[in-house]
Amino acid sequence: MEKRTVSVTAITQGSVTVDPASAVSAGAAPRRRRHRHDWRGWTFVGPFMIVFLLVFIAPLVYALVLSTFTDRMIGGVQFVGFANFLTLFQDPQFWASLGRVTLVLLVQVPIMLLLSMFLALAIDSGRLHGTNFFRISIFIPYLVPAVVSALMWGFMYGARYGLVGQLNRALGTGIDLFSPDWILGAIGNVITWEYVGYNMLIFYSALTTVPGSLYEAAVIDGANEWQVIRAIKLPQLRGALAIATIFSIIGTFQLFNEPSVMQKMAPSVINGSFTPNLYAFNLSFGSRQQGYAAALAIVMGLITVAIAYVVQLRGMRANDEGRGRRAR
Amino acid sequence: MTVSTLVARRRRPSRPVGVPRRGAYHPSRPRKSVVFTLITGVFLVYALFPLLWMVINATKDLPDFLGTFGFAFGGRFALWDNIVTVFTYQNGIFGRWLLNTLMYVAFGAGGAVFLAVFAGYGLAKFSFPGKRGVFATVMGAIAVPSAALAVPTFLMFAKLGLTNTPISVIVPSLVAPFGLYLMYVFAAEAIPTEMLEAARVDGASELRTFFQVGLPLLAPGIVTVSLFTITATWNNYFLPLIMLKDSTWYPLTIGLNQWNAQSSTVGAEAVQNLVITGSLLTIIPLIVTFLFLQKYWQAGLAAGSVKG
Repeated sequence: MEKRTVSVTAITQGSVTVDPASAVSAGAAPRRRRHRHDWRGWTFVGPFMIVFLLVFIAPLVYALVLSTFTDRMIGGVQFVGFANFLTLFQDPQFWASLGRVTLVLLVQVPIMLLLSMFLALAIDSGRLHGTNFFRISIFIPYLVPAVVSALMWGFMYGARYGLVGQLNRALGTGIDLFSPDWILGAIGNVITWEYVGYNMLIFYSALTTVPGSLYEAAVIDGANEWQVIRAIKLPQLRGALAIATIFSIIGTFQLFNEPSVMQKMAPSVINGSFTPNLYAFNLSFGSRQQGYAAALAIVMGLITVAIAYVVQLRGMRANDEGRGRRAR
Repeated sequence: MTVSTLVARRRRPSRPVGVPRRGAYHPSRPRKSVVFTLITGVFLVYALFPLLWMVINATKDLPDFLGTFGFAFGGRFALWDNIVTVFTYQNGIFGRWLLNTLMYVAFGAGGAVFLAVFAGYGLAKFSFPGKRGVFATVMGAIAVPSAALAVPTFLMFAKLGLTNTPISVIVPSLVAPFGLYLMYVFAAEAIPTEMLEAARVDGASELRTFFQVGLPLLAPGIVTVSLFTITATWNNYFLPLIMLKDSTWYPLTIGLNQWNAQSSTVGAEAVQNLVITGSLLTIIPLIVTFLFLQKYWQAGLAAGSVKG
C-alpha cells in the first residue's frame, strides 16, 4: 500500500519538471530545522484530511472487509475469506466485461490521445485561422455531462428515428450501431468526443510552457517546422502524455455512464455486466451481492493501479532517456 | 542567446546574425494556412455538429422530432413551447432538479474548492509531521477507481440513515484530490515564502497571513480549480444515481435520464423533445461560464502546467 501510493506520487512527479517533494522540502528546509515539531501546517491540511478519511479511506477499508463476506439465502451474512475472489476469477461475465473495457483501452484511448496531440500541436503552431475559436470549440464537449452526451449520440445512432436510420433509408444501407458488432465502437466514439478537447487542453498547456528562447535557438540553427516539433515540442509533451494516459486508463476501466444510459436504447446488446463497473452496480443494487461486488471493485482497483504504475515507469524511463539525450 | 548567435555566426557567416532567410519558418511568426485550417476544421465539425443537432432538435415538437431529418428544422418552431413544457411537466420538477444541481454545486464543489485551497497551501508552504504520508495517500487516491468506493460509501451512508438525502451527494463531493494537487502546484509556484515570512515578522497570525497574502496570489488557480470542480459536480451521475431514490432530490443528469427511460417504456408518455430541450438547458450554464471566464482558466491552466 505504502509503496503503491508513493509510486503514484512519482507519476505526478514524472510529469513535472521539478520534483514536488524535493521542491517542497527544499523550500521549507530551514524552517524544519528550527521547529522540530511544527504542527501549523495541519491547521490548513487538517479539514481536508478529516473529510478525506471519512469519504475515502473509510469506504476503502469497508470494501476490504465487505469483500470477505457473503449474504446467503440460508445462514445470512457469513465470513467466507477469499471465496468471493475465487468465484470472481472463474466468472465468465466478469472476464467478458474486463475484455470489453480492455478492447476500448487498446483501441479508443490511443486514437483519442493521438487526435488530441495533433489538435494541440495544430493549435499551438499558430497556423490556423481562428486559433482561439478552435481551442474553445474543441474543448466544449468536455462540458457536456456524460449523460447528455450519451443521450444525444444515442438519439443520433437510432436506427428508427435517428440520423443513422435516416441515412440508412437514404442510402439503402442497414447499419445498426446498436448491434453487437458496432456497440463498442459506438460507445468509444462518444467517449472520444467527450474527452478529445480535455486532453488537447492538457497537451496544449504543456506546449505553452516551452521557453521562447528554445525556439529562437532553433530558428537560428535553421530548424524547419518538423524539426522543431520533433526536437522541442514532442519531448515537452512526455509528462503530459503520461498524465493523460493514466487518466484515460482509470476512466476506461470505470466505464459506466455511457453504457448505463444507452442500455435503455439497446437493452438486448448492453447487458447488466457490460462493463466491470456496470456489473458491480447491478450486483450490489440488483441482486444484493454486495460482498461479491466489493471484491470485483477491489480487483478492478488493483488492476488499474498496476497498469497506471507500469505506464508511469515507462514514462519516467522515457523521460530520463530524453534528458540524457538532451544533455549530450 | 549569445552562445547560439556565436554558433550561428560560425556556421553561416554570409547571413547577418539573427536575421533568418526570407520566408524561413519561425515558430513565433507562423504564416496562417488555409489548407491546414480546413484539415483541422474536420475535427472542429466533429466537436460541434452533435451540439448543432441538439439545438435544431430542441426546436421541434415530438412528431417533427420523430418524422423530420435530424439537421432540418421541423414544420413548427417549438423551442419556446418545449422550454415552457420542460419547466411545467410533472408539476415543474425540472426546476426542482435545477435547484438541486445548484445546491450540490454550491455546497459540494464550493466546499471541495475551499478544502483544496487550504490543504494545497498547507502542503506547499509548511513542513509538518506526517506531511509525506498525507502527500502519498492523497496522490494515491487519484488512481483509485471511484467505483471501488461508491458501493461501500453507499452502504456506510445507508447504515447512518443518510442515503436519499442531499448530504449523501454533497459529502462525497467534498474531496477533490486532483484539485488539491493543482492547488499545491499553484501555491508552491505563486506564493514566495519570503512574503509569508515578512507578514509573520509583522506579527500576523497564520490565518491572517493566508487570507491577506496567500489567497490573492492564488486567485487564478482558484478560478481554474473551481471551474473544473463545478463541472465535475454539475455533471455527476454515478454518485447521485446510487444515493438517491426520491426524484425530488435528483440533479439534472439523473432527472433527464429518467425522462429518457420513461420515453422508451411501452405505455408511458414519450417525451424525447423534453429530454433534448432539457439537455440543452443543462449544458448552457456551464458553457457560458467557461466562455466568459476563458482568460482566467486558460491562464490558470498554463500556470499549473509550468510543472505538468
